[in-house]
Amino acid sequence: MESKSGPAFVCPIPIEQYPTVLLAHGGGGKLTNQLIEKMFLPAFGNPMLGARHDGATFSLPSGKLAFTTDSYVVRPLFFPGGDIGSLAVNGTVNDLAMCGARPFYLSAGFILEEGLPMDMLWRVIQSMAQAASQAGVQLVTGDTKVVDRGKGDGIFINTAGIGVVECGHAISPAAVRGGDSILLSGDIGRHGIAIMAVREGLEFESTIESDCAPLSGIVMDMLAAGIEAHCLRDLTRGGLAGALVEIAEAARLHFEIDEVAIPVMEEVRGACEILGFDPLYVANEGRFIGFVPAREAERALQRMRAHPLGEQARIIGTVAEDNPGLVTMRSSIGATRIVDTLSGEQLPRIC
Amino acid sequence: MRFIDEYRDARAAQQYARALKRITKQPWTIMEVCGGQTHAIVKFGVDELLPSEVTLVHGPGCPVCVTPVELIEKAIEIASRPNVIFCSFGDMLRVPGLSKDLLSVKAAGGDVRIVYSPLDALKLAVDHPEREVVFFAVGFETTAPANAMAVFQASRSSVRNFSLLVSHVLVPPAMEAILSFPDTRVQGFLAAGHVCAIMGFTEYEPIAQKYRVPIVVTGFEPLDILQGIYMCIRQLEEGRAEVENQYSRSVRREGNLPAQKLIREVFRVVPRKWRGVGEIPQSGLGLQERYAAYDAEARFGIAHYTAEEPAECMSGLILQGIRKPLECPAFGVRCTPEHPLGATMVSSEGACAAYFQYRRRKN
Repeated sequence: MESKSGPAFVCPIPIEQYPTVLLAHGGGGKLTNQLIEKMFLPAFGNPMLGARHDGATFSLPSGKLAFTTDSYVVRPLFFPGGDIGSLAVNGTVNDLAMCGARPFYLSAGFILEEGLPMDMLWRVIQSMAQAASQAGVQLVTGDTKVVDRGKGDGIFINTAGIGVVECGHAISPAAVRGGDSILLSGDIGRHGIAIMAVREGLEFESTIESDCAPLSGIVMDMLAAGIEAHCLRDLTRGGLAGALVEIAEAARLHFEIDEVAIPVMEEVRGACEILGFDPLYVANEGRFIGFVPAREAERALQRMRAHPLGEQARIIGTVAEDNPGLVTMRSSIGATRIVDTLSGEQLPRIC
Repeated sequence: MRFIDEYRDARAAQQYARALKRITKQPWTIMEVCGGQTHAIVKFGVDELLPSEVTLVHGPGCPVCVTPVELIEKAIEIASRPNVIFCSFGDMLRVPGLSKDLLSVKAAGGDVRIVYSPLDALKLAVDHPEREVVFFAVGFETTAPANAMAVFQASRSSVRNFSLLVSHVLVPPAMEAILSFPDTRVQGFLAAGHVCAIMGFTEYEPIAQKYRVPIVVTGFEPLDILQGIYMCIRQLEEGRAEVENQYSRSVRREGNLPAQKLIREVFRVVPRKWRGVGEIPQSGLGLQERYAAYDAEARFGIAHYTAEEPAECMSGLILQGIRKPLECPAFGVRCTPEHPLGATMVSSEGACAAYFQYRRRKN
């Protein structure tokens, strides 16, 4: 995936000199400069970052802008299918995409814990560079701080992003209408179970990989095809249920979804059955739901399925106007139940 | 998924619902004992498929819900001590004691950890010989063998920094207690399949005879439950009161004999308080004398501790099947999963929590 001029695999700060991050790496002196020059600049290499100014200046295509920020704390830092670096880039890219915006520029703020192995930081930086290149965005400004050992969890990253909105109509919960179809871009629950498996040392027959991915490509394809998306939402910590309930409450509408239409990977279902989890509430990092007029649903579905990240896209439900703020689901045995957000994290059950 | 999808098939479920309608001639009230069954019933909407004559009431079979508040207080006391690693199954962490729960102990700096097996806790004890590792041994007969095994192994390998805070409860005494209440509505039982996988079902036979109630050992998937209800109603309509086994793919009449042997080796039957119900004689398990060294209550000197439950909650009536969650005036108003007044709202398997999650605004 790397270009020829891209970063080297070997950590460019000599290990024998600085095998771990020191407080001085965030002190603004020589070591900070070394970190920037040897690691950030070659990895994210672009003229704006290279200018070494207090901020990045740039022009954007005219139109409405979208601006978002998110902070990333994840344990473990590396997990099957991704790491905190790819997560930090894709998460912000996805938030922009959900506004109907093409992402252009990102900032990155690092809070490093003293003692973090330097090659671990290097792997994260490389992963960010690769994710940025895949999503077609540039990291143009940043900051690094180092905190005392024990005051952080290895690496915390904040990213903010700017994008240009590429559709004429408003994309928001308020634009959802009765009769809209609800589309889901793929199978749910992979990220949460992948993290859980590493964190808790659970072993399954095959490794479950996080779905961590940039959604800007598939969303831009839909918008370019003229799909009238009323609302888009990427699925994150609260899972599919969290996203649906939030939008239903904001839109004051009733969403009816169908359990059997929601794709869940066999291994993820199995893990959920063992742990007593409901996949509806398990975290995702590369899936989204879209609300489109029913007449456009089939066309939107075809567009989504034409993209590698939407091959498993499905219509999972419809929007009704009775019972504002309610999400209901037709269960696999044909009865109906309410879908609500959870009071806290899902906790593994006793039996 | 194999062995799951077969038991969630919509067409088969509708067929069972129709068959049930055909054989039901009078009103009947059946209790599913286990919280896992309650959860599945409400989650999948099994009760919506039943004829109007059949009423399901939700029994006391959620170990999290029936753990008495004084044991939660003991857990909080132990977990707050500096040298302790306190291990528990995940869903015990949110259960409120008198003023806080184990999650807030963790937030305040206590070393509280979720484990998936008591043997994981034992491993922590081996890995941290300088710390006291305590496992919160909660559950029915289902979790007893693994907890017994942890103590057995600790004893054999002379691990001394490991102990259990035991809160084990037994199903048959609770069923008898419910049948003995003067205003009980229960006419038949779905017995908990996983409990019977360990214990078998011979101990239910005298109960069925004595109280003239059919008892059907039942699994946890929607079709298991529908079939269990069907078998129970058929007995009621035919005037029979027997123990039948719907969950024959997992349960044998004699149960799992090696597991029972291990339970008897490590545990003995003791009286036990049930949250919302009160003390039931011979309804719990405590450590045998010869394993007393592994009893956390003795080790931490808190065996004498008692606490009374908050009075305003009707979870006792809910756990006995006398009331339903939606009949409680506090339900969803002053009592929610974030601020539970009592037992049945705290665990995802509690009847009130299940109704809150899946039914709240529909009724």
